[in-house]
Amino acid sequence: MRTWDWSYTGHVLPDLLRGLLVTLEATALGSVLAFALGLVWALAFRAPTRWVRWPVGAVVEFVRNTPLLVQLFFLFYVLPTTGLTFSPLTTGVIGLGLHYSTYTAEVYRAGIDGVPPGQWEAATALSLPRRRTWTAVILPQAIRRVVPALGNYVIAMFKDTPMLAAITVLDMLKQAEEAGAESFRYTEPITVVGLLFVLIAYPTSLLMRALERRLGN
Amino acid sequence: MATEIPHQTTSDAELVRFEQVTKRFGDTTVLDRLDFSVEQGKHVTLIGPSGSGKTTILRLLMTLLTPDEGRILVGGRPLDKEVRKGIGMVFQQFNLFPNMRVLRNVTEAPVHVLGLSKDEAVERAKGLLEMVGLGDKLDAYPTQLSGGQQQRVAIARALAMRPRVLLLDEVTSALDPELVAGVLDVLRDIARSTDITMLCVTHEMNFARDISDRVLMFDAGRVIESGPPERIFGAPEHERTREFLSAVR
Repeated sequence: MRTWDWSYTGHVLPDLLRGLLVTLEATALGSVLAFALGLVWALAFRAPTRWVRWPVGAVVEFVRNTPLLVQLFFLFYVLPTTGLTFSPLTTGVIGLGLHYSTYTAEVYRAGIDGVPPGQWEAATALSLPRRRTWTAVILPQAIRRVVPALGNYVIAMFKDTPMLAAITVLDMLKQAEEAGAESFRYTEPITVVGLLFVLIAYPTSLLMRALERRLGN
Repeated sequence: MATEIPHQTTSDAELVRFEQVTKRFGDTTVLDRLDFSVEQGKHVTLIGPSGSGKTTILRLLMTLLTPDEGRILVGGRPLDKEVRKGIGMVFQQFNLFPNMRVLRNVTEAPVHVLGLSKDEAVERAKGLLEMVGLGDKLDAYPTQLSGGQQQRVAIARALAMRPRVLLLDEVTSALDPELVAGVLDVLRDIARSTDITMLCVTHEMNFARDISDRVLMFDAGRVIESGPPERIFGAPEHERTREFLSAVR
């Protein structure tokens, strides 16, 4: 095995950083989708009628218990046959967002269940409308206590983005693979990709831990 | 505010009326065909051992529970969500909204339930917070206040809705002893200076004696004795009342 080639590393770095931007974009958009959809699921779990609760529960369980990679392939190869065509990145964002929404839904559920019953009672005693009770009293308290847990899922999603390479998204891993295919040198690009992941994921997880401590009281 | 519709079984002076109200939890009958009424502007205290159904009465009025049998009338109208807007409640555990500052705790419902403008609600809230001695805490969060201060905010929050009936559920039980007096002083002031109807559940017998027009002694889901505080505390007729009073003193 040859030794590490610094000039080659410098040569592939711009492409890898371009890939990093795609990775970050997929994570950001996927997180927004996961946060929004997860909240929809969590509220649907508490719907007064089982005709909402059961179907939503079934879909969420199904998505949670199938692999993300299978879902990405399904969206990428099967969805276009029904006439729905998205770019690889959009397909990837939908896949990540949908998959992770089944986890964030549980996080929200725990947050909502953690709001003391007295808060519901006080809202009732003041005759606050149901909608206002949710938006002004329950959700602000529920979401505050689950911010660290949501953050941890963002980190997990970030580390799952290389799967998008399998559906031709030019993320970091795909860029590294293409650079390697061109020069037959994989050591530098793949190693740098790994380092970049650590460089972002580790400080972020430290931040989440600090946030957890701060919000814990 | 709810318009009053005269009702044949309700005299003008009666604001709250329970008619043959039964409430069960599983096999336990907490209220057993309960009849009682509270006249407009009166202060009525419910006393009795725990589990005798006192708190259940308040929770029924708050529509946090529904009766299994019988009916509840407020101002002659069957209790529903609209009628409930005229009923305020102060809880043992305060239940302030921790995500809102003190001022917004008090303005939230007047703005979003009564439709007051922000300015009107703020003015009303400031007046009430001043009255309970917390005019300088408008921007504090509930967790920054002592229990006694939180409970006084909760009283202001309930009064901001201008309720006709104020329900007080063991409002001093969760407080450190040295903080009880401040809260009771505020309630005494309200009892004296307003015509609000009060329904209290309390273990503070001195407070009950002080503000009540009438005391109802509960046992096993029924009123076993009722009368002015001087008589209930001075010369209780029922054996159970005597036992209860000597136990809490």
